[in-house]
Amino acid sequence: MLAFHIGKFILKRTLKFVTLLFAVVVLTFMLVSLSPVDPIQSYLGAEMMVVSEEQKEEIAEYYGVNQPKLQQFFKWLKMFLQGDLGTSLVYRQDVLSIIQEKFVASFALMALSWSMAGILGYALGVIAGMNKGTFADRAIKLYCFVLASTPTFWIAILLLIVFSLWLGLFPIGLGTPIGVVSEQVTWLDRLKHILLPAATLSVIGVSNITLHTRQKVIDVLDSEFIRFARAKGEEGFTLFKRHVFRNTLFPAISVHFASFGELFGGAILAEQVFSYPGLGLAIVQAGLNSDVPLMMGIVVFSTFFVFIGNLLADVLYTMIDLRMKNGEAI
Amino acid sequence: MKYHSISFGTRMAISRKGLLLKLLGLLSLFLIFVIGGSFIGEEQIEANMSQKNLGPSIRHLFGTDWLGRDMFFRTLSGLHLSFRVGLFSAAISTLIALILSLLSSYNKYFDAMVTILIDLLLSIPHLVTLILIAFVLGGGVKGVVVGIALTHWPSLTRVLRAELMQMKTAEYVQISKKLGKSRIWMVRNHFLPQILPQLLVGFILLFPHAILHESAITFLGFGLSPEQPAIGIILAESMKYLTAGMWWLVLFPGLSLILMVAMFEAMGNNFRKMFNPQ
Amino acid sequence: MNIVYKFRDETNEEIEKIKSNFLLEVNHLSLTIERVGKGSDVEHLHVIRDFHLNIHQGEVVAIVGASGSGKSLLADAILGIHPKNSLIEGNIKYENQPLTEKRKKRLRGNDILLIPQMTNALDPLMKAGKQVESFIKQKNKQKIVKDIFQKVGLDPAVYHQIPSTLSGGMIRRIFIAMALASKVKLIIADEPTNGLDAEALDELLFQLKMLANDNRGIVMITHDLEAAMKIADKIAVFYAGETVEIADRKNVRKAGKFRHPYSRALWNALPQNGFVPIECSQPSPAEEIIGCSFASYCPEATKRCGTEKPELREVENGEMVRCFYA
Repeated sequence: MLAFHIGKFILKRTLKFVTLLFAVVVLTFMLVSLSPVDPIQSYLGAEMMVVSEEQKEEIAEYYGVNQPKLQQFFKWLKMFLQGDLGTSLVYRQDVLSIIQEKFVASFALMALSWSMAGILGYALGVIAGMNKGTFADRAIKLYCFVLASTPTFWIAILLLIVFSLWLGLFPIGLGTPIGVVSEQVTWLDRLKHILLPAATLSVIGVSNITLHTRQKVIDVLDSEFIRFARAKGEEGFTLFKRHVFRNTLFPAISVHFASFGELFGGAILAEQVFSYPGLGLAIVQAGLNSDVPLMMGIVVFSTFFVFIGNLLADVLYTMIDLRMKNGEAI
Repeated sequence: MKYHSISFGTRMAISRKGLLLKLLGLLSLFLIFVIGGSFIGEEQIEANMSQKNLGPSIRHLFGTDWLGRDMFFRTLSGLHLSFRVGLFSAAISTLIALILSLLSSYNKYFDAMVTILIDLLLSIPHLVTLILIAFVLGGGVKGVVVGIALTHWPSLTRVLRAELMQMKTAEYVQISKKLGKSRIWMVRNHFLPQILPQLLVGFILLFPHAILHESAITFLGFGLSPEQPAIGIILAESMKYLTAGMWWLVLFPGLSLILMVAMFEAMGNNFRKMFNPQ
Repeated sequence: MNIVYKFRDETNEEIEKIKSNFLLEVNHLSLTIERVGKGSDVEHLHVIRDFHLNIHQGEVVAIVGASGSGKSLLADAILGIHPKNSLIEGNIKYENQPLTEKRKKRLRGNDILLIPQMTNALDPLMKAGKQVESFIKQKNKQKIVKDIFQKVGLDPAVYHQIPSTLSGGMIRRIFIAMALASKVKLIIADEPTNGLDAEALDELLFQLKMLANDNRGIVMITHDLEAAMKIADKIAVFYAGETVEIADRKNVRKAGKFRHPYSRALWNALPQNGFVPIECSQPSPAEEIIGCSFASYCPEATKRCGTEKPELREVENGEMVRCFYA
């Protein structure tokens, strides 16, 4: 029964997403075709001078530059639906395979920082909420407040200065050591390269989840069943373990899933500072070098990424809701 | 009678007025600096090769850079620039929010359209949209302002929309309707005055986000051009001099930016709490 | 069932000794809440002003007062779970020892149990049985809980259900089950009869009486004088944060009336006593009261009532009243 409801829910969401994605694709295509970027020039780059007019014509033919926009769009859409996102101008490689490759790196980064931020943020939120009004609460609130006003890339540079330059604990950038063949890159190397950008994202990402958890904890503590639990003599950690934990954990996870958009944005900035070779670095390269196919590919992919996060968040919420209605305890 | 345990919230509420006054004072002081930034002549941030790569000192509070430019004055004019870009784009965004929320309260078709627009915008990470728009518009101030203006309105639109929906059912609005007052009349005489506080708070709260995103997009290289001393540019450039140990190039401009953003955030939050106390 | 009845076999001397040994004794209790009112001004709410109560083991004492008169805060004050921005003054003694905040903390759930008013007092995500289990120290908890469930008329399968699937009546039975599972001596039932139909109400009152007959003291906070008259040994009438009268139920029945004008108004409002509507409201807790709190509504009030505050005085045999003329 539960599985059926959840299945129906996911299906409904996915259908809505497909329409949304279509709108995103149309909009992106429209925007990009308005841009002053000359695809042939950006494709050829410095080779522009060397290539003959005939060759330029051929390339224009290949990209359909001279066709009406609508026709171009349908051609592009057809290719897109077949899984052909075109060829990246910067990397001179199939866009889909670049996204795959870069996403593995970005995923590791985001997964690590997302988990760290989640655990830390939940813990801080609980400490603040359980001790509302105390010094600890005010300190945590201040931390969240200041962090919400802090540019991600500035934190990244600061961590770079302190841990890489001053303390020399971590390398200055990149995903792997320079000049080492990828087979020889050890897990330790990878970890060293990922830790600082991940820490950056965690430090920033904590803010939202902490404040949300804090509020939720305060709401729960204000409820009738906590008054009763207190009347039963439950106090402090017992109270948290028995009642607060189960009533705040799932909402917290749910909210944390809904933050995938922020996470992706943060990753772009952190990857830029640490030259970490992920999707974020790729989209910046694509934008700076007028690499339209890669840009569009990443825009569509990031939409998908955000959708997955929101879907998971909503599924979790619906699940709690349905379980409470159907009477199965968690 | 002695009170042992007055809750922190109570004390906070009592001192909110005072806090707001203090904030306003701080902010005006800060604004004097920032606006003063527009009067900083070229000579203050001129390259001076005899003064280059200096750490912070009394003469150069924030140190100097590799061209001997005084970082304090560069930061000030950077803040000034961020402030102006933020002000402009937050204002446009607020205006968009106002128009869209009025539209969506007009009838359910407009409402559905606005909802789709919001969904659409929230489905792509903010920064990605900003990069896309800045890229399409070819970077520069125009790209940043348009990008921020087009991406920051959804949350405020939602707040205003909810407010307007509630107002629509209010008795005095119904009476005006029966009296045959026009839409425009009602908007001007009922709706606008009522949502003005929300609009103001929304604007102030949009501001810090606008500034943060401006600096981010500029830092990535899509925003203001390198000749303009924006904070994002200063920090991006300073990256090259990190290995030379010039930490002050990063620390002070960043802290100043945080200070400005945090003050606007604090002011917005306090205003909000004043207008709708829980 | 009265205490004297309970200890019929004992000598008079022993009865006297037990009678003077209160389980819970509350004198001059006040609770003031400080909060921010309009325009950021601090406002003091005198929710409880001068409250008295005493109860023996095996006794049921009903605290009767209008809805919304801050009766629930009485329970909070006795249990020590009152809001942080409130101040409690006065004497509370439990088993002849002062009930300090520290001692309250130790006794909550072990010696004193709250039966809450709201059916949302159970953790919405925890199995009903699990919530009762916390009172049981021995092994084999699940079986014990299921046995108790049967005793209070609940299906043992309820053990595995979560509160949102249970009716209000079932949740009330779970509260009774908690009282049975625990070893508490004093039960404070906060509006236990709210929202129950006649049949469920009678059953609940019966169960409360059974708990009292097991030598527990029951403080029943209620706005329902009729229900209170069914099981209480003593009725404490609560008005404007004060105990205005403590009456023996049997004497009230015999005399057919209370002593204090407010109690009489409550009594006369009962359907069987004429259904006279009560024409008084509670004074605002923010108000400072000079004189008798009921003076402005009292048909018998004199000049003295408006200027001098009557103290709660003993009339006879532990019965008390706060009125110059009763």
